[in-house]
Amino acid sequence: MQPLFLQGPSLILRTILLVIVSIVIMVADHRWRALETVRGAIESYVVYPLRYTINLPSRLVDWGDESLSSHEELLEQNRKLQEQQLRAQVSLQKLSVLEKENDRLRKMLSAQPKVGEMVLVAEILAIDLDPYKQQVVLNKGHNKDVYIGQPIIDAWGVMGQVVHLGLYSSTALLISDPSHAIPVQVNRSGLRSTAFGTGNSQLLELRYIPHNADIEIGDVINTSGLGGRFPPNYPVGRIISIERPAGESFATILAEPVAHLDRSREVLLVWHKQPVNDVPSAALPVDDTKVEEKK
Amino acid sequence: MISQNCFRIVIPTLIVALMLQMWPLPQWLEYARPEWVVLAMLYWALAMPEKVGVTVAWVVGLFLDVSQGAIIGQHAVGLVIIVFVISTQYQRIRVFSLAQQALVVLLLLLIKQLLVLWVSGMVGQAPDIGLYFLPALTGAIVWPWVFIVLRDLRRRFTVSRSF
Repeated sequence: MQPLFLQGPSLILRTILLVIVSIVIMVADHRWRALETVRGAIESYVVYPLRYTINLPSRLVDWGDESLSSHEELLEQNRKLQEQQLRAQVSLQKLSVLEKENDRLRKMLSAQPKVGEMVLVAEILAIDLDPYKQQVVLNKGHNKDVYIGQPIIDAWGVMGQVVHLGLYSSTALLISDPSHAIPVQVNRSGLRSTAFGTGNSQLLELRYIPHNADIEIGDVINTSGLGGRFPPNYPVGRIISIERPAGESFATILAEPVAHLDRSREVLLVWHKQPVNDVPSAALPVDDTKVEEKK
Repeated sequence: MISQNCFRIVIPTLIVALMLQMWPLPQWLEYARPEWVVLAMLYWALAMPEKVGVTVAWVVGLFLDVSQGAIIGQHAVGLVIIVFVISTQYQRIRVFSLAQQALVVLLLLLIKQLLVLWVSGMVGQAPDIGLYFLPALTGAIVWPWVFIVLRDLRRRFTVSRSF
């Protein structure tokens, strides 16, 4: 026989207790980031196995695609890639000369030399998170020395930064999330600003720019490196609309991210400003000269 | 006879619900995704209030928070409160028809979503309100099927004699 009244008043007591505990941990998590280890543990041991399972079908499809593609297709792809590689090599030749020159000039000015950046390729898992947040899950985590706040980029530009860390996976916040802001600089004029996310993956907003600032539609914005979180000079977006409403003190400026925020499957995790021996062995340097130095 | 081992069916269904919650959907469908974990919790709280109560709801809520990348405690507090309502009212809700139950579920889902929205608003991340409550509606629509599937599962595993 079931009891007529379950646990009597203790149910109310437990509920009130749990609500209070929830409020306390919400404050601790949001205000002080005190629960990242708890989150990491749940992420690694409860959520990650589920995510891995969910991601399996899409991995299987990828694998099937790869192993079933015909000899000719592969040859074709190979030829295209080689051509691309050749072109990249040619432009790199010039770049390396420019880089050397830049280093020399910097030394002459006794400015700080540029820091070497290391990158590691990570894959975005086919997982849906809260549709009202612009977040992605990556398949690299603490085991690859990913850290909270680490910038991620794709082949076209800056995508976002790591916000939660598990053992084998990490969650990254995209630059288009409403709670994200990234310090930027207009490439042409050197004007500094901050690009805020809007919740729309095709739109960023540049705030606090006065009406008379030197900015035009089509201008490319780069990371400025201020704040120290993002490495400088990576492309962020392109200005697509400028409005200067009379009576307001700032212009309304919208930019379109150059990174393929909702399409990229592979992203790069970037290590910068860190001593070289802190970087995991799996990470590859951006250019080959750094390998020589490391050896 | 109430089996001691009732969690051998509760836990797998909650795991499946958590996976459905993260399953990749086309973008237009994402906004209508029912809150599977909440629906499963509501069913178990209704079917076995003596086993699945606010404490289980809280733990499941924490997992849901982590899996959704939310603030830890955000979904947990909502789940605790609606499971509390079920735990006090389960005798009444059980005798309702499926359609009436779906209405109660709609109300509970709305309360839960409102609590989550409230917390998001307080930390300044409030999303657009447009389609925000759509999951509550789709949740109420799928409730009869969730109910029947979980009830049949529970009967097959005979975890509880009642209901």
